[in-house]
Amino acid sequence: MAKVIERKPLTFAEKTYIPQVLGGLKITLKNMFSEKVTLEYPEERPDIPDGYRGVPTLVRDPNGREKCVSCQLCEFVCPPKAIRITPGEIAEGDESEHVEKRPQDFEINMLRCIYCGMCQEVCPEEAIFLQDIYSVVGTSREELVYHKQKLYELGGTRPDDHYKWDKKKEAEELAASGGHH
Amino acid sequence: MDIVDILLKLLYAILVVVVVMSMAAYTVLAERKVASWIQGRLGPNRTALPGISAIPVIGTQLIRMGMWQPLADGVKFLFKEDPIPGHVKKFYYCLAPAVSLIPSLTTVAVLPFGVYWTVDEAGQSIAQPLVLANVDIGILFILAISSLSVYGIVLAGWSANSKYPFFGSVRSSAQMISYELAMGMSILPVFMWASGTGDLGTLTLFSVVEAQKELWLAIWMPVPAFIFLVALFAETNRLPFDMPESETELVGGFHTEYGSFKFGLFFVGEYAAMIIGSAVFTLLFLGGWNFLPTFGFLPDWVADPWKTMGWFGSVLSVLWFIGKTTFFIFLFIWVRWTLPRFRYDQVMNLGWKYLIPMAVACIVIYAFIIGLWDTAVTIDEIKPDVTK
Repeated sequence: MAKVIERKPLTFAEKTYIPQVLGGLKITLKNMFSEKVTLEYPEERPDIPDGYRGVPTLVRDPNGREKCVSCQLCEFVCPPKAIRITPGEIAEGDESEHVEKRPQDFEINMLRCIYCGMCQEVCPEEAIFLQDIYSVVGTSREELVYHKQKLYELGGTRPDDHYKWDKKKEAEELAASGGHH
Repeated sequence: MDIVDILLKLLYAILVVVVVMSMAAYTVLAERKVASWIQGRLGPNRTALPGISAIPVIGTQLIRMGMWQPLADGVKFLFKEDPIPGHVKKFYYCLAPAVSLIPSLTTVAVLPFGVYWTVDEAGQSIAQPLVLANVDIGILFILAISSLSVYGIVLAGWSANSKYPFFGSVRSSAQMISYELAMGMSILPVFMWASGTGDLGTLTLFSVVEAQKELWLAIWMPVPAFIFLVALFAETNRLPFDMPESETELVGGFHTEYGSFKFGLFFVGEYAAMIIGSAVFTLLFLGGWNFLPTFGFLPDWVADPWKTMGWFGSVLSVLWFIGKTTFFIFLFIWVRWTLPRFRYDQVMNLGWKYLIPMAVACIVIYAFIIGLWDTAVTIDEIKPDVTK
């Protein structure tokens, strides 16, 4: 059953609006002396919550090696086609020789990126992360296409629990010395 | 009047205009600051001047207060491109901003802003107003000239040759007319009271202030004061009566087609009108430069502590007057960030159905009271003087 709400007629004081107006003035005056809620942006930065999806970056493993193996899964999965990977080989005798491949170039076009985080989800090597960087600025279109070097600068190192390449190297060494594999 | 007098008058006039204009500029800043404070923000706090802003504590404080913002705004207005749209009536289009600014700067001429004393032959000091032109028709002059500013708006709306500005200006003129009436009638009791008895009273604002030594009229005549204040809000096109430019319905109203310096003139004109309005309200209802009301039993110096201090007293009286005016400027801003805009039919209702009848009732009631008061009290006091 519908509930009937009785509408009381306004009292004389309410009809004049004056008590209401004064009440409003009181509220705004109180607001005037209350604490300010804004941040002064360039100097003060907001606290970014965990799990925030900011700029996608490439990360290195704790040994300082590139984790990306240019499998191009992120490139395929990227909905706005913002990622382009130029695969590259790792030369003989390189420090990270046992790592299969690494990208020659890895570009993310920040003008296209929609911060969906699918690249992070899909990456088998946990090499690409959406981090808490939110301020993307540039003075030209070219500047906003982030290349490999810039992406690694932004990414830095993230803790790695797997040490995949270390284990692989150990296993290789073990195999080479005739051990059980 | 010799040449020195004329030059001095000219100097004073320039001084007064400079003061009003810079007050207008800083009122714009105050508006932005108060707006931000009410909304929980900080407001303009970045503009710096090379040199002064490098002074350690004061410099940064001034930057935080936004003290240089009006300068930056002014420079920006001056150097922005000043477009004239192709479809406007060029002459009137360019004339309108000036027409809306000039009235506010003209009314300053009859506005007394302080008091000084001269000594007459009998050795008695006589209070004189600090004013550019102490004319007998003071308030009439202000009412007449300040209502001319609507011509600026109408011209702007019409010459812009576009529908929204036109609506804005037509609405504005209707609003101005309805509130002008209430405004004019609400101050009649004030002059009935201020003119005293037995004499042909004057309409100078100075005499009104002098009559308020014992009792500020806002206390004794709250209803006319309220009507006058409401009408003032409508006259200066401030919220909740900013029908002429109501942004939600009319884009920018009468100044939709204006930009840069010409828009700046409208802007400054509006703020100057607000300052003059606040000053007039202070003069009419809040005792002008009188320190505090004496209520008839407190000693005289409470109302007029400036009298014994010579020229310094005059300076203090001006400062006190400006202080009161500033409070009203603050009130204008405060109300703007509190109340929503009226609907247009509500504006008309309020003006014609409530304010004007109330003003008429006030005239009648106060005429009775003042008449009775005069016959019972004042005239008896005067009579012995007459027989002397």
